[in-house]
Amino acid sequence: MSKTKTNSLPGPQDIHREVLSNGITILTRSNFNSPSVSISGYIQAGSLFDPDEKLGLADFATSALMRGTAKHSFDALFNELESAGASFGFDSGLHTTGFNGRALAEDLSLLLGLLSEAMCQPVFPTDEVEKLRNQLLTGLAIRLQDTSDMADITFDEILYEGHPYSRSEDGNPDTIKAITRQDLVDYHRFGFGPHGMVISVVGAVEPKKAIDLVHRALGNWKNPDQRELPPLPDLKILDETVKRHFKIVEKSQADIIIGSNGPRRKDPEYMAASLGNSILGQFGMMGRVGESVREKAGLAYYVYSSLSAGVGPGAWTVNAGVNPANVKKASDLIIKELKRFVKEPVIEEELADSQANFIGRLPLAFESNGGVAGSLVNIERYDLGLDYYRRYPDLVRKVTAADVLEAARKYLDPQRLAVATAGP
Amino acid sequence: MPNIFTKTTLPNSLTILLKEIHTAPLISSWVWYRVGSRDEAPPLTGISHLVEHMQFKGTQQFPAAVLDRVISRDGGMRNAFTFLDWTTYFETMPADKIDIALRLEADRMINSEFDEKGFSSERTVVISEREGDENEPMFRLGEAIQQAAFRIHSYHHEVIGDMADLKTMTRDDLYKHYRTYYVPNNAVMGVAGDFNTKEILARIKELFEPIPAGTTPPRLMRSEPEQRGEVRLSVEGPGETVYVQAAYRFPSASHPDFFALSVLDSLLAGPSNLNMFGGGGISNKTSRLYRSLVDKEFAVGLSGGSNVTVDPFLYQITLIIHPNRKPEEALAALDEEIKLVQDSLVSKEEIARAIKQARANFAYGTENITNQAFWLGYAEMFADYKWFETYLEKMLKVTPKDVQRVAREYLRPQTRVVGTYVPTGNGKSA
Repeated sequence: MSKTKTNSLPGPQDIHREVLSNGITILTRSNFNSPSVSISGYIQAGSLFDPDEKLGLADFATSALMRGTAKHSFDALFNELESAGASFGFDSGLHTTGFNGRALAEDLSLLLGLLSEAMCQPVFPTDEVEKLRNQLLTGLAIRLQDTSDMADITFDEILYEGHPYSRSEDGNPDTIKAITRQDLVDYHRFGFGPHGMVISVVGAVEPKKAIDLVHRALGNWKNPDQRELPPLPDLKILDETVKRHFKIVEKSQADIIIGSNGPRRKDPEYMAASLGNSILGQFGMMGRVGESVREKAGLAYYVYSSLSAGVGPGAWTVNAGVNPANVKKASDLIIKELKRFVKEPVIEEELADSQANFIGRLPLAFESNGGVAGSLVNIERYDLGLDYYRRYPDLVRKVTAADVLEAARKYLDPQRLAVATAGP
Repeated sequence: MPNIFTKTTLPNSLTILLKEIHTAPLISSWVWYRVGSRDEAPPLTGISHLVEHMQFKGTQQFPAAVLDRVISRDGGMRNAFTFLDWTTYFETMPADKIDIALRLEADRMINSEFDEKGFSSERTVVISEREGDENEPMFRLGEAIQQAAFRIHSYHHEVIGDMADLKTMTRDDLYKHYRTYYVPNNAVMGVAGDFNTKEILARIKELFEPIPAGTTPPRLMRSEPEQRGEVRLSVEGPGETVYVQAAYRFPSASHPDFFALSVLDSLLAGPSNLNMFGGGGISNKTSRLYRSLVDKEFAVGLSGGSNVTVDPFLYQITLIIHPNRKPEEALAALDEEIKLVQDSLVSKEEIARAIKQARANFAYGTENITNQAFWLGYAEMFADYKWFETYLEKMLKVTPKDVQRVAREYLRPQTRVVGTYVPTGNGKSA
């Protein structure tokens, strides 16, 4: 029935890549199917810089970037953005600070101009910083009531004990109160610079024009003070299973997270682990754990597995939300599945299903500009190569059941799990 | 190339909307039923949503495990939603794999089994879903406000239903509900994507025409009488954050005032996104209410929006109160801002801005085949597809006087419900 002949997967023939003299890498791909455009990217600054007593500094500073620049007040800046029906925001991470935005194609230069202002010339007005501080403190108070957030935080504290990944990037009320305006200024001054920055532009714009516009907005940016991120220490693996509960009163549901550390995105076993994760808790109605905990036992509305592989050691988890009385029952079922997962290879048919899913879902992943923009950024971040999505089907098909078992055994030891719960 | 649009009705009264879009090798297919939580009465509240869950439990031809597998294997995406007025099911597939989705929807329109064992585990899944909802302060507050706003109309209860009913309804109740409402003459099908209209229509006819029409089920319709005087309520719960929600009565989506109200919403609280997929994201930091409530530190956050409904529902403004303020102070600031829009005309520029925001939201929505297919049937649930196609045109006709008139008519304190979430602290949390 299909009439669309073009190959819709991004590849070297339609991704344009250019590196500016100040170190910014630009990736762009045109799509004229809709009159809109998306941008995505990151710079090399993150919460790994945060001192313990000022945890949340990177997040605070990043949230404050758009609270006023040399050219625009907070209100004037958002007035430009919102009047165009555009959106833009930063997201502070551990190693990098990400940004995402979109606009009608006619407003791309406006979007890039605001990105440039916020990144290069923020002024951190005192009154806006104080308003933001109160908003962050309220956010932390809300977080303290969220079983899912608190299970996450508790899980990281167990799994990454002694490692920077154990810290919550949002900080806590004491550290947020300890951060001064000058801290924000300094964080920006030493953290933000063009070196290592990546930006992708995808949508109704010609590649040459997109590159020109980025060049115009950011080509002159320099920061000789930009510092390197500190190196990551090694992660100490758990000796035995560690369980911890975070109590939140009067909740009707508890959240459970059970898991271990997982591969980094660039580790060779990443694809095998990723397919294994699909079988464990993603494919169809949430894979094997979905079948066991939801379909058969009826214990949870959501139960799934997740593999978060990034620059450093990620986490490989199974998450579930259950009635507080069912925490043990659900945890036992999840651990039973983990035991099976590391004991015997996955069934060939299961593997073939997940492989077909990984390959078949690509057109869906790439239909929106935002989806493509994010993928281009990942290609650059993890050195995947512009032809990655052309090679991708082969990379997926190459994985065997033995590879999945090996990856599972390398990371998921049922005797050494982090088990975090939050609820009453 | 213009997108070819076709609307037709089969002899069994199944309405079909097709839109060819050749931007990606994908097809998205949606089947909508005119049944939702407003068609329920106690002790069967939540039954439409539970039936939707049971529709994933399989038929003889496609047992549950097979169903999940065939869709996921081909890289497809599928889901279902139950709302106040409707229930819908969709699959988005690589274009050459759409046939399986069409077959499964035809099959489960009539052949679902609702076996007792599957029902008993699904009942507890939905109870768990409700328990998750109850964890959220805004769910608890929203539920109380909805119950207060609708004493007569069946919009009274949440889509997920009351816990008492979830615990007691039976498999036979569900099966009866399914057979009553899941008939082709109560359904609309919308398919968009990379197909040839003639070919796909022939296939749809082959699969769906044999399904016999049933008795057209009546809608449960009890009009809510006019509210005479403001209702205030409070809900207590754990935490330290105060939330306030003011719910005003808004007309149905097919009412001519809907578009002036969309402009008003955009000015007050930022543009609402009507897309199911792919729109939204436009912030509201220069909306009138943000400037007067958040910038001035009565609140730390705010949102506003209405639901698109068949009968009049609510426009809800939600405030997260600043820790140094009292909810009454924030409410007074809100009232002052509403008075302003009632007393003085907004500028034409402000209206133009709201229209541009809507235009951008629609453009973002067209990046995505699933969202374009969604609109075909969605619009039919409360109006028709023309409603969607002419949305921006109708917004363009809105004048400053229209905005003032609807602000005066609909944003009256006498017909609103104001709810406050009163936090009782963190207890002995760790």
